[in-house]
Amino acid sequence: MSTPAHRAAEQAARHSYGKLIAWLAARSRDVAAAEDALSEAFAAALATWPGQGVPLAPEAWLLAAARRRLIDMARRRRTRETASDRLLLSLEEAAAEADARGGVPDRRLRLMFACAHPAIDPAVRSPLMLQAVLGLEAATIAAVFLVSPATMGQRLVRAKRRIHDAGIPFRLPQPEDLPARLDAVLEAIYAAFAAGWVDPAGLDQRRQGLVAEAVWLGRVLTELLPDEPEALGLLALMLHAASRSAARRDGGGYVPLSAQDPARWDATAITEAEALLRRASRLGRVGRFQLEAAVQSAHAARRFTGRTDWAAIVELYDGLLALTGSAVVAINRAVALAETEGAAAGLAALDGLAGDAGLAAYQPYWAARADLLARLGQGEAADAAYARALALEADPAAQRFLQAQRARLPRG
Amino acid sequence: MEYVLLIYSNEQENAAMPQAEMQQWVGAFMAYTQALRDANILRASNRLRPASAATTVRISGGKTQTLDGPFAETREQLGGYYLIDVPDLDAALSWAARCPGAQRGSIEVRPVWAM
Repeated sequence: MSTPAHRAAEQAARHSYGKLIAWLAARSRDVAAAEDALSEAFAAALATWPGQGVPLAPEAWLLAAARRRLIDMARRRRTRETASDRLLLSLEEAAAEADARGGVPDRRLRLMFACAHPAIDPAVRSPLMLQAVLGLEAATIAAVFLVSPATMGQRLVRAKRRIHDAGIPFRLPQPEDLPARLDAVLEAIYAAFAAGWVDPAGLDQRRQGLVAEAVWLGRVLTELLPDEPEALGLLALMLHAASRSAARRDGGGYVPLSAQDPARWDATAITEAEALLRRASRLGRVGRFQLEAAVQSAHAARRFTGRTDWAAIVELYDGLLALTGSAVVAINRAVALAETEGAAAGLAALDGLAGDAGLAAYQPYWAARADLLARLGQGEAADAAYARALALEADPAAQRFLQAQRARLPRG
Repeated sequence: MEYVLLIYSNEQENAAMPQAEMQQWVGAFMAYTQALRDANILRASNRLRPASAATTVRISGGKTQTLDGPFAETREQLGGYYLIDVPDLDAALSWAARCPGAQRGSIEVRPVWAM
């Protein structure tokens, strides 16, 4: 399968898919039709490129083929719908424009804003972006988001129909809407990353693939919005986390951050993340993703200094907590506090959160509690907390890790 | 694209509004209607009489049933609508947010089926 034609088609798919969809769907707002047309164009490419050779401009070739297909579809519909006349005309106008500019303009950012539009269900924004911008199959996305392929397929179809029917625009938001709308795009990319990241054993290829795809989306976003500090912060955060992919597993076993060997962290990814974070901080607008990335940066420093600056991490979590008020942040802060002021202080901070009903079903809360109780020598309470954490953990590798911790408790 | 902005609010609460406030409210709607007209996007609009004035008709088993009252009893009732012609949903949403009805109830934004 790795003939030059296949490789060229694969590369064009990787680099141009979202650009071509964004361009083809911009005027009609019909993502599904654009996807169909483009997939036929790829099929045509694989049929003709091996024999005739790869064209000099594969992207333009694919666009022309997909455009022809869209125009054919519009012509066929024209007998039924007069509205298609307008569509046909706008497609031809757009084609002339693209030819005059000598290339396909990059409108992926507009596509991303359409996918993360407030009128789209937040739960489907991330899958929609993975499909429309990167061309991922519904079945692949479904596996990672833990729903059946049929359900995911339906959700995606519905979301695309909604973009079309509700008239969700393919354009950049008004300046006054931009911060909120950009947050939604960042959240959707981060949700894709997080869905891929929940794999402590690191054995699921699809999940690892999704981590790489989310990083790719983050790169696209920073290319298109080079002066948005939070976009840079998100990419830095993802790269820092991804730099530890190899180190967080040990032959199918889960290795927590504190026990990881920094020599196994990916230095290239760390360097890139640090550079991004510096660029972001020069822009002078702090935000959630930059602070989260800064926490990861403080952890990464252990590779060079041999120690972790927990006081700095507590301070960063203070900032994050003030910004987000998130209980998850508060748990992480309590864990960091235990390192600077002792396990009792950390536990007291966790006790302060006990009123939050959502935490009763949140595994990291119980795991953190169990660890701090164990350190304070409260074996029985620690054992109970481990039991709660274990009941909430679905991943076998993380379960084995918790069981090993639990087994280490002194028996009274 | 054409969108209908359906204005929902609680009629009981509206009825209990003091006179001066009601006048302000009606004035705000008049100003909003004028703004839509000035932007040249207003296609139609109407204010509806209360749901208590509604009669609902349906044919069941070949027989016409006429019911006193609205189609469904809800906390907020349809009180009026604007039909506007704007480029996309963002424009429609931004006009909906400016509608005085959004202050006291909610505006449902529905695209019109293009014929």
